[in-house]
Amino acid sequence: MLPALLLLLAAPFLAAQREPVLVPEVSQSRIEVRQGFTGASLLLYGAVIAPRGAAEDYDIVVVLKGPTEPVRIREKERLAGIWMNAGASDFRSAPSFFAVASSRPVSEIVDERTAAIYELGTDFIQLSPSGEIDPEEQARFASGLVALRRKQGLYQEDPNGVRISEGVLYQARIELPSNVTTGRYTAETFAIARGRVLASATAQIEVEKVGLEGQVVAVAQRWSFLYGLGAIALSLAMGWMAGRLFARG
Amino acid sequence: MDVYLPIANLSVNGLVIVVLGGLTGVLSGLFGVGGGFLTTPLLIFYGIPPTVAAASAATQVTGASVSGVLAHSRRNGVDYRMGTVMVGGGVIGALIGAALFRLLQALGQIDVVINILYVLMLGSIGTLMMREAIGALKPSLLGKGGPAVRKRRHHPLVASLPYRWRFYASGLYISPLAPLILGMLVGILTMLMGVGGGFLLVPAMLYILGMSGNVVVGTSLYQILFVTMVTTMTHALTTKAVDIVLAGLLLLGSVMGAQFGTQIALRARPEYLRLALAALVIVIALRMLYGLGVQPDEIYTVAPL
Repeated sequence: MLPALLLLLAAPFLAAQREPVLVPEVSQSRIEVRQGFTGASLLLYGAVIAPRGAAEDYDIVVVLKGPTEPVRIREKERLAGIWMNAGASDFRSAPSFFAVASSRPVSEIVDERTAAIYELGTDFIQLSPSGEIDPEEQARFASGLVALRRKQGLYQEDPNGVRISEGVLYQARIELPSNVTTGRYTAETFAIARGRVLASATAQIEVEKVGLEGQVVAVAQRWSFLYGLGAIALSLAMGWMAGRLFARG
Repeated sequence: MDVYLPIANLSVNGLVIVVLGGLTGVLSGLFGVGGGFLTTPLLIFYGIPPTVAAASAATQVTGASVSGVLAHSRRNGVDYRMGTVMVGGGVIGALIGAALFRLLQALGQIDVVINILYVLMLGSIGTLMMREAIGALKPSLLGKGGPAVRKRRHHPLVASLPYRWRFYASGLYISPLAPLILGMLVGILTMLMGVGGGFLLVPAMLYILGMSGNVVVGTSLYQILFVTMVTTMTHALTTKAVDIVLAGLLLLGSVMGAQFGTQIALRARPEYLRLALAALVIVIALRMLYGLGVQPDEIYTVAPL
C-alpha cells in the first residue's frame, strides 16, 4: 500500500511524461498452503495515473501466471473399439495456472496480434511447442490442454473481472483453486487505450506449502525411505489397533 | 470437512474418503479381500491422480490386512510356509511391476492397460465365482438338502511342476514353483493396480492350487500384507506418490468398516455372501468395459515431462 501512496503523491511530477503510470498491488504476496487449504482469493488492485493533459480512459487487463513446466499432452482415439491414447504433443512451457481478468472483453480492447504478444487470454498462452508436428495439430493439442485446465479451474478468463473506479483505481479478484501448484506466480497488469498497451507492471506472489503439509512433501522427496517406513508403520499401527477392537467386540 | 492432501496436491472432502475407506473395510470384513479393486477406481473417479490413488490404496490395504492376519493366525488359519513362498514371488512381482509401470507410463498406455486388466480379471473371476455360488445354492433351493461335498484337486499343470514340497497346513504336496509364480503375478498386479490381489489370490488358491479352504483367506491376507508393504516402499522410493494423509483417512474408514463387515459376515450365509461378491465383481467389470468403449469426458490428458 505504501508505494501506491507515495506514487499517488508523486503523481503531479511523474505526470510530466507521456505514458500513464501503473501502480499495482496484491492483497497477499505470499500464499500459504497448509492443512485445510481450499484455495485462496487474491485481490489485485492499484492505480493508473494518466499523464498531464491526457484525459483518457484506460482499460485494465490483469494476467496472473503460475510457474511453467514442460508437459506432454496425449489425445485419446478409438482404436479397435477401445478409447486409448494415440497422438501426443510436447510443450515446453505450459503454465500451471493462468488467469486473465479485464475491464471489458479483451477482443474489444485490443486486436488479436497485440493480445497474442502480451498473452491476454487463454487462447494466446505461449506454450512453446517442441518436436515437429504440423501447426494445425499443435493448435488442436493446445486447445485440448486449455479446455482441460479450464475445467479444473486452473485456467480462467473473466472478461468483466476488473472494476475501474473514477478512471484511476482498479481492482480484480482471482480465485486460486486448492489444486494449484506451488511456486512463484507473476501478476502482470496492463493499461491499454486505443488498442495499444501503454503501461505494464508486474508483481510477484509466492505460493508455498508450509507447516505439516510442507514437511510431508519435503520428507517424501528427500527422505523417501523414511517416508515409506512411516507410511507402513502408520498402516500397521492402525490395522493392529483395529484388531484389538475386534478382539474386544 | 475439507482436508488438504499434500502429495495429491488438492483439497478433498475428508468424510467422502473415510466413507470410501469404510466401504472397502466392509468388503474386507465380509469376504476377506482387501477391497483395493474398489478403492483405486473410486479415488480416480473422485479426482485423485491415478498414481497417487494406486500408491495410497496399497498402503491402506496393508492396514486392512493386519487385523485379518492376526485373527486368522490365532485360529491357525495361516499356512506360513505357503505364504512365505508367495511373498517371495510377490516381491519379485512388485519389482517387475514397477518396471512395467514406468514403461507403460512412458508409452502413455498405463491407464488403458490397467482398465483392460481390470475388465479381464474381474470379469473372469466374477463369472467363475458366480457359477460356483449358484452351484452351491442350487441343491438347497431345490430342497435337496445340503450342497454336495466337492473334493478339491489341484490343476493338472500344478502337478506337473518339479521339486515338490510338503505344505502341511494346506494339505498339499506340490512344487513351490506354483505358489511362487502365483505370488509373482499378484505382485505385478499390486504394483500396477494398487490392489491387494485377494480377489485373484483366493480363487486361485482354491481352484488352481487346491489348498484346503480353512487356510485360504488367512494365507492370502498374509501374502497381501507383505506385498503391499513392499509396494508402498517401492512407490515411496520411485513414484513418490504415497499420500500419507489420504492413506490415513482411508485407513480410518476401513478400520470401522471392517467391524461392520465382520458383524454381517457372522450372520449371513456364506453362499449368499459369495454370490453377492460375485455380483459386485461382475458389475464393476461391466462398468469398466463400458468405460473403455464409450467416448471419455476428457479426450486430452496432461503429463509432466
